[in-house]
Amino acid sequence: MTVFLWVIVPYLCLAVFAVGHVWRYRYDKFGWTTRSSQLYEDRLLRLGSPLFHFGMLGVVGGHVIGLLIPRSWTEAVGIDDHLYHYAAVGGGLVAGFMALVGMVILIYRRRTVGPVFSATTVMDKVMYAFLAAAIVLGMWNTIAGSIFSLGGEYNYREGVSVWYRSFLAFQPDAELMAEAPIGFKLHALVAFGLFALWPFTRLVHVFSAPIGYLTRPYIVYRSRDSRPGQPGSTPTRRGWDRVG
Amino acid sequence: MRVMAQMAMVMNLDKCIGCHTCSVTCKQAWTNRTGMEYVWFNNVETRPGLGYPRTYEDQDEWQGGWVRKPNGRLDLRAGGRWKKLFTIFSNPKLPSIEDYYEPWTYDYETLLNSPQTDTFPVARPKSLISGKNMNVEWSANWDDDLGGSLEHAARDVMFKGIEDKVKLEFEETFMFYLPRICEHCLNPSCAASCPSGAIYKREEDGIVLVDQDRCRGWRMCVSGCPYKKVYFNHKTGKAEKCTFCYPRIEVGIPTVCSETCVGRLRYIGLMLYDADAVLEAAAVEDEHALYEAQRKVFLDPRDPEVERAALAAGIEADWIEAAKKSPVLRLITDYKVALPLHPEYRTMPMVWYIPPLSPVVDVVKETGVDAEDRSNLFAAIDTLRIPVEYLANLFTAGDVEPVTGVLKKLAAMRSYMRDINLGRETDPSIPAAVGMTEEEMYEMFRLLAIAKYADRYVIPPAHAEQAHALEELATDCSVDFDAAGSYYDQALLGEGAGYPTPVAVENFRMLQDRQTADTVASPDDKSSRVNLLNWDGKGTPEGLFPPREDGGER
Repeated sequence: MTVFLWVIVPYLCLAVFAVGHVWRYRYDKFGWTTRSSQLYEDRLLRLGSPLFHFGMLGVVGGHVIGLLIPRSWTEAVGIDDHLYHYAAVGGGLVAGFMALVGMVILIYRRRTVGPVFSATTVMDKVMYAFLAAAIVLGMWNTIAGSIFSLGGEYNYREGVSVWYRSFLAFQPDAELMAEAPIGFKLHALVAFGLFALWPFTRLVHVFSAPIGYLTRPYIVYRSRDSRPGQPGSTPTRRGWDRVG
Repeated sequence: MRVMAQMAMVMNLDKCIGCHTCSVTCKQAWTNRTGMEYVWFNNVETRPGLGYPRTYEDQDEWQGGWVRKPNGRLDLRAGGRWKKLFTIFSNPKLPSIEDYYEPWTYDYETLLNSPQTDTFPVARPKSLISGKNMNVEWSANWDDDLGGSLEHAARDVMFKGIEDKVKLEFEETFMFYLPRICEHCLNPSCAASCPSGAIYKREEDGIVLVDQDRCRGWRMCVSGCPYKKVYFNHKTGKAEKCTFCYPRIEVGIPTVCSETCVGRLRYIGLMLYDADAVLEAAAVEDEHALYEAQRKVFLDPRDPEVERAALAAGIEADWIEAAKKSPVLRLITDYKVALPLHPEYRTMPMVWYIPPLSPVVDVVKETGVDAEDRSNLFAAIDTLRIPVEYLANLFTAGDVEPVTGVLKKLAAMRSYMRDINLGRETDPSIPAAVGMTEEEMYEMFRLLAIAKYADRYVIPPAHAEQAHALEELATDCSVDFDAAGSYYDQALLGEGAGYPTPVAVENFRMLQDRQTADTVASPDDKSSRVNLLNWDGKGTPEGLFPPREDGGER
């Protein structure tokens, strides 16, 4: 069971995540969009969307630090457990709270504003369920686990994080997860479920974050002929290649 | 000097009768799809009026176009790259659907299925956004023909600076129509606003297009365009805009709006311009100088030096020949009667307008004096400040000088041609008064009044050796394309998922369906909509009416 939950399922989800994105990008570039509903409703979105997105950026950043940076590294630069704990809980609470409030506003908006609700697909609803569960469980772990120490003291940097790095290195140590509190286990499982869903939902827009905009020239020129040959559109047929 | 070719349009506003045929045919050709109900790539506005979307010209509010910074460089009015990325989660300046209008249809079924009653059954308007009953309160041309102008027209943004002089009493007002399409600017702020780089300007003909595969739906282009001519398809989540009917232009025929224009007021032709000079011209400090600055960017293809440079830049010889014959070139450069719409947005628009003389003529006529007489008209142009200043706000950033110049040329043409029509001796002093020769004036008259199809549209087809890449010919083997977005894709990933189908292939399939079907025309993959153009009147195709709730037969 341990191996199934903490080796097989995560790798399956990761594989679906990776292959799914390649498939979606090749097959459905046209459907690759944020599917914005701002045209229908503006007031709630203006509040909820930045709250949620900036909160999520903080949450993701926190996870990167917490999961990928080993304890020994932070100790080496003189950050002791106590200080780290305060920073992590403080930052995590602020970011998580922003994301949670933003998400509540957005889901309320999605349910109550008629046009927005009718533009919601089945995939959207499933995805929202996983996303909401992941965020709520994550907040629970932070508040219940790290602040009130319900269910005993647990340092995820000695458990979950180590497992996660071993998982990424393709030498998974499933026992580490088996010892983690139930909150962390559920959070991890829901998150992997979300990763598996990811390529088939609007979440793909995360990977089109337009960083290139900062460096490209303002006006884009393109030749009529440059269209074929790019992935996602019909490749140039033999005999029609450009000469010279 | 970097010579580039630009497909451009000029509209002669004196001839526009406001019939909206251009809008309707464009809508049928391009935007009769779900998600685009509220969109008009071509719309006709009555001026004075609020326009579509409402008050789009108020850039203090909408923040479209470019602005010249104190250091002399241009930046997007809505903020540069960092600000765009910072506000990407909620576009701060996106017009809401109310600013356009909430699209609707009528509940025709109650009319058809009504039992016999004492009162007439009523088809209530139903919103195409929410599906609920709605009150129709605005549309793309709600203030058509100055309808409701007492209430709305005073808010026309173009009255800025002349508010105190304007009276909107019915007897004293003036009116003309302004058909608008995408300007296909030389310095397009929509393209500059696109974080994904999906909007591009075609190197060959300067047409500005949205790559639907690259668009990610950030909506910054909608805010960035000061003319509000990029639209958000709320079903597919992608931006769409006027394409200058590029599949038609590529095979040498005019856009749908031009082809169907009843007044024959549109001209299409090539303009050659120096791409290296665009930014400098767009950043001229004085807004009044922008019109002149843009004219200086254009190159004269009849100049041998320009011709050599154009050939060196890879522009084909037949295109240069077409550029020499371009009616647009004659109207902009030779006769100088065409003016750009809102040069102050600094986007270097490429759909130009010949301002209407008719508001002035109408006023002169009403006073009882001869409205064909040059001196009467000239005096009127100089004294009728309100229409002239209004036109100047539209076409020259408020500089009345070029507008009066154009109006005087048009007035001179009127009185000069009257002598010819009445068989009288022509008066050479009339053209001379506006700095033209008699021959020039006559040629201008021919182009403006009686030009034939081939003179109004000088469109060199795209090159045959590149034909495999052209949309309308689609020789890249049309059967390669799977039917776009099967039912399962759409259920899973949302409407419009899957490959886009090229325009030509879609038309081909629809016609083929219709020819080979032994039942009524009924595209099997489009159960949610019916193209009435393909319906031959036999029976009720699937999807013409929504299914009955009890699942029974219609």
